[in-house]
Amino acid sequence: MASDIHVSAHTEFISELKECAKLLADKLHHSDYEAASILIQALTKTRDQHIFQSVGRLTRGLHDAIVNFNVDADLSKEPPKIANSDIHDATNRLNYVMELTQKAAEKTMDMVDEAAPIAMNLGQEASSLRTEWARLKRREMTADEFRQLYERMDGFLGQMVTGTGQLSKNLQDIVLEQGFQDLTGQVLKRVIGLINDVEKDLVTLVRIAGQVEEVTGLVNDVEQDEQDRLIVQKRKTEPEGPQINKERADVVSGQDEVDDLLSSLGF
Amino acid sequence: MKILIVDDFSTMRRIIKNLLRDLGFSNTHEADDGVTALPMLKNGDFQFLVTDWNMPGMTGIDLLKAVRADEKLRSLPVLMVTAEAKRDQIIEAAQAGVNGYVVKPFTAQALKEKIEKIFDRVG
Repeated sequence: MASDIHVSAHTEFISELKECAKLLADKLHHSDYEAASILIQALTKTRDQHIFQSVGRLTRGLHDAIVNFNVDADLSKEPPKIANSDIHDATNRLNYVMELTQKAAEKTMDMVDEAAPIAMNLGQEASSLRTEWARLKRREMTADEFRQLYERMDGFLGQMVTGTGQLSKNLQDIVLEQGFQDLTGQVLKRVIGLINDVEKDLVTLVRIAGQVEEVTGLVNDVEQDEQDRLIVQKRKTEPEGPQINKERADVVSGQDEVDDLLSSLGF
Repeated sequence: MKILIVDDFSTMRRIIKNLLRDLGFSNTHEADDGVTALPMLKNGDFQFLVTDWNMPGMTGIDLLKAVRADEKLRSLPVLMVTAEAKRDQIIEAAQAGVNGYVVKPFTAQALKEKIEKIFDRVG
């Protein structure tokens, strides 16, 4: 809504500018220099006023944005306090997400590391007993060997009970550990909300700033283009982290495409 | 075989370490970025380097370039294991002399394949 007002003020200024220009050409054409000079003065005044208004709006916009993010921007205090700002809060929340996901991953891996040897030992003992059992079935076993097998079987069943109990417990702990997904999801949702607010405010600011630049003639297109080009160039190989959008043409969609690309390079 | 695993996330280092152990490589060491990895490599007679790309301090690509520029380390096999998946990045890594490139998230199979391929080639 606020930006609509800016736009209408801007178009008003532009139409006034056109109107004046037309009048000015007219006066000059009729050699009415006194009237022309008055017009030029009026023109400059309108332009100045428009710049002041635009800068005013820009300042106001900045102020609103700062208030919205709860950043304490009182410059007389050094350094400005940011401990209570939403941005600072968001940073804390994201750190919490990182901490929680790391803890969950570590706990899960601990559980697996603990369970893996139990499963392996049970498997090995079962397979060895199976061989012995087959010998028994084929009646290849002496009475002495059978007594040994009898003892081993007893021990194995005991191991089986405690081992599977431990495995079940670890599996359940692993499932419980996934609760981090819920907690981090809630935190991330809030941070996403904040980022959306920040973006909206920034877009408004950029629009107002754009109008100031236009009126004052501050923009240098060539320089801007060169800067944009350099940024694009740099972005090409800059780290970005995991790719969210697999449709992007400059991104591979998986290991197969990596392998294809590498082999096309002679790997 | 002495292997250095470089990644800023301890979880990922642990995953890679476990996979390497399953493949029969248990002499693994860890570093959390290029800055800590490089001196370890220079003083530690490592025979294989597994590195992430995106790390604070010194990135994996810079570490790779530093390794290739070093007289002693020049021929060390390097496997990149990273979430970075832009074509230009893969090309840059290839040009810098990487021996293998695995994108995260990866499977145990993919990692195993790449490692075996590298060892086949270097002998």
